[in-house]
Amino acid sequence: MQSLIEKIRQGKFSDFPGGVHPPQRKTLSNQTPIAKLPLPQRLYVTIKQHIGVEGHLEVRPGDMVLKGQPLTKSMNPFAVPVHAPTSGEVTTIAPHVSAHPSGLAEMTIEIRPDGKDEWIALAPLQDYQNQPKLKVIERICHAGISGMGGAGFPTHIKVSPKKNVEFLVVNGVECEPYISSDDRLMREHAWQIRQGIDVITHLLNPKHVLIAIEDNKPEALHAMQVACQENPDYVVCSIPTKYPAGGEKQLIQVLTGREVPNGGLPIDVGIMMQNVGTCFAIADAIFTGKPLIQRVVTLSGECFDKPGNVWALLGTPVSHLLQQGQYQPKRQRSRQLIMGGPMMGFNLVSDQVPVVKITNCILAPTEREMVQADEEQPCIRCSACADACPASLLPQQIFWHAKAKELDKAGEYNLFDCIECGACAYVCPSQIPLVHYYRVAKAEIRLQEEEKHQADKARERFEARKLRLEQEKAEREEKHRQAAEARRKALEQQESTTGNKVSAAVARAKARQQTQAAKEETPASDKVAAAVARAKARKARQEQESTSRDKVEPGEESKQDKVASAIARAKAKKAKQENASTAPDQAESPTGEQQTKASAGLNQTRESGAEPSEKQPAGDMAPSKDTKAARVAAAVARAKARKAAADQDKDQKLSPAPESASPTVALEVDEEKKQRVAAAIARAKAKKRVGVSSTDKQQDKSKS
Amino acid sequence: MSVFYALLAVGLLALAFGLILGYAAIRFRVESDPVVEQIDAILPQTQCGQCGYPGCRPYAEAIANGDDINKCPPGGESTIRKLADLMGVEAKPLDAAHGTEDIRKVAYIREDECIGCTKCIQACPVDAIVGTSKQMHTVLIDECTGCDLCVEPCPVDCIDMVPLQVTTSSWRWQLDAIPVRTIE
Repeated sequence: MQSLIEKIRQGKFSDFPGGVHPPQRKTLSNQTPIAKLPLPQRLYVTIKQHIGVEGHLEVRPGDMVLKGQPLTKSMNPFAVPVHAPTSGEVTTIAPHVSAHPSGLAEMTIEIRPDGKDEWIALAPLQDYQNQPKLKVIERICHAGISGMGGAGFPTHIKVSPKKNVEFLVVNGVECEPYISSDDRLMREHAWQIRQGIDVITHLLNPKHVLIAIEDNKPEALHAMQVACQENPDYVVCSIPTKYPAGGEKQLIQVLTGREVPNGGLPIDVGIMMQNVGTCFAIADAIFTGKPLIQRVVTLSGECFDKPGNVWALLGTPVSHLLQQGQYQPKRQRSRQLIMGGPMMGFNLVSDQVPVVKITNCILAPTEREMVQADEEQPCIRCSACADACPASLLPQQIFWHAKAKELDKAGEYNLFDCIECGACAYVCPSQIPLVHYYRVAKAEIRLQEEEKHQADKARERFEARKLRLEQEKAEREEKHRQAAEARRKALEQQESTTGNKVSAAVARAKARQQTQAAKEETPASDKVAAAVARAKARKARQEQESTSRDKVEPGEESKQDKVASAIARAKAKKAKQENASTAPDQAESPTGEQQTKASAGLNQTRESGAEPSEKQPAGDMAPSKDTKAARVAAAVARAKARKAAADQDKDQKLSPAPESASPTVALEVDEEKKQRVAAAIARAKAKKRVGVSSTDKQQDKSKS
Repeated sequence: MSVFYALLAVGLLALAFGLILGYAAIRFRVESDPVVEQIDAILPQTQCGQCGYPGCRPYAEAIANGDDINKCPPGGESTIRKLADLMGVEAKPLDAAHGTEDIRKVAYIREDECIGCTKCIQACPVDAIVGTSKQMHTVLIDECTGCDLCVEPCPVDCIDMVPLQVTTSSWRWQLDAIPVRTIE
């Protein structure tokens, strides 16, 4: 029995089920070296270009940035930063059409290049072997590197695994037709790719390193073999050409015969895969300190006069690439641009879509090359799709359930193992866009899961709230019970102790208050203070009378007191409410309300004075309370003035004829606040009126 | 005599099993009806009360007691289908008397018009509104279930129900965006 690595060295590979052989058409673009592009007018750097969360913005509009300067910062393990692709000015940070099938706008930093292309100070990490691994990983993260093969998974997470890696697979398969960006990169920069592999090997310590390249790229194979010949541990594998051999799970199956379990990751079978482009970017980040700001993009399709590969800065709008490739829109009946390859790519909604880290190809095919799919025909159950499926699924069954919106049943047929390679749609004789049905179903299932999660959260919050309300209610009841008990006890105590003492104290306090009030009468200059003082004096007189009466029955005194104060409070409240409801004219005696208010305040004072425990301090506190009462009265007067102003304002609004008195009052109060209050009141009133009228109508109806 | 023994033996057996069953009834007691839990898990938990019950759980209990399954507009057709599966009844269309299925919305408070009355806070079943008296209130979009309950109590009508923005992560694939097929 040969060991696995011996088999691989001898070139004996397994195969994955299914697969198709679409025409390659790679010679269209892989004949010329990777071209450099002039700077575009504007660069649109999408903030989130990978799977995970976006970084934290570091720049503001108007900032000057240097080439390679980080624009966002990674605050989260799943965030990778983006960098300025050239030096220039940040003009805006706003939503811009994104490199996504939906074309929905995403937050994008727009940069106007200044043409100097000036680098930020770079800090290479040449002696990475002597550095702690964490530092190297951190460097990879800060360079903004995410997987450049397809999904854009943050690389720094991938290169810090918890499990042992048996095989490190470097994926240079590039199985999709037309695309040749990895091919050209390997031909021209094999040496640097190998350096990147060295770094990953240092981090992961895999037992074997396999570099997989399809046998339709002999030049790339040769270049990589030359670059890796020094290290016998690196095995360059030439694998048979078949779509989709470049898929992660398929490539693992081809090389090792192992299958990644359902819902698992390659690391579960001891394998880690990196794209050649990612290796190149890692070498760039470690040996020169340059972050990921550009990538190779294939411009292909017969609509380009100059197809080929270019170094495109991330954020370059597709229109700039079209210009460089000399795109001829006349050759297409309807404009069709595809980002990605013909099998897995998506139509672009606009040519302003920027290049992102996972953009490997811009395809502009002619009508002859690529025929728009005809009308979808019914499934004839030929099972050609099942034969082509590289994941051994039953595409027609999944299609059936996805179309009928039976998502759970589609899930039972392992919908989520579908890699969306498009092989089934390619072979379908009925021209059914199978992959799209799967994508719709997958999105739907994900949304449902999200909703489920939301519902669970809502239930938790609802239940927590219910519990809290119940607790609060119980607490309130408990408090009420305790207060009642305290009152009862106090009453008992009062009854037991001689009432004389209490009444004497009350009388003392009263007398002091009276003298205080009398003193205040003279200095009080304004009407309000005078009114308050008068009210107090009257109250005090009444009080004396009542206390003299009360002396006969000392037990009832405090009770009566309380009743009186409560009535006063209620009156004050009522007056206020009336004020609020019937818009009062200022001529109505304002002192009436003030009096009640003041008396209520006084009553409170007296009440506290009557408390047996506070005999002495009550008298001292009286003057301060008096001034407080005066202040309250003043506040009430102020509030009234404001209200009157508001009402007048409202009246003005309702009746166009302006009143002469209003402007003088209106000027006194804060203009804006008054207007807002008035508007709010008006709205509330209008609403109330509508409600009243509607209920009236209902009542009328019911009457009739 | 043998009849007596037989009766005794059967009686003892009955006693023994009775004890075991009685113990099991206490030891393995189920707190509440598990069907209610399952129904509650399917319902969308907006707590909107459009079904006529004061929340999702009371409606779940009502369904368990034989009420119709088509009274939940926020859940819509998919919820009805799941409930039908669970309860073993025929799925029927949504009862229009309780409202119609709508796109997902969240409440939005026009902040400069808010007077800080806290009425919406008291109405919110999931505590998704933040604010205090005489201070401006605002809605936590992530927590809002779109139940509409805060709109009615607002005295100044400053709460709108706005549709949730579609992002690239919540976007549903459209079939017409299908790309291409290569032909030889």
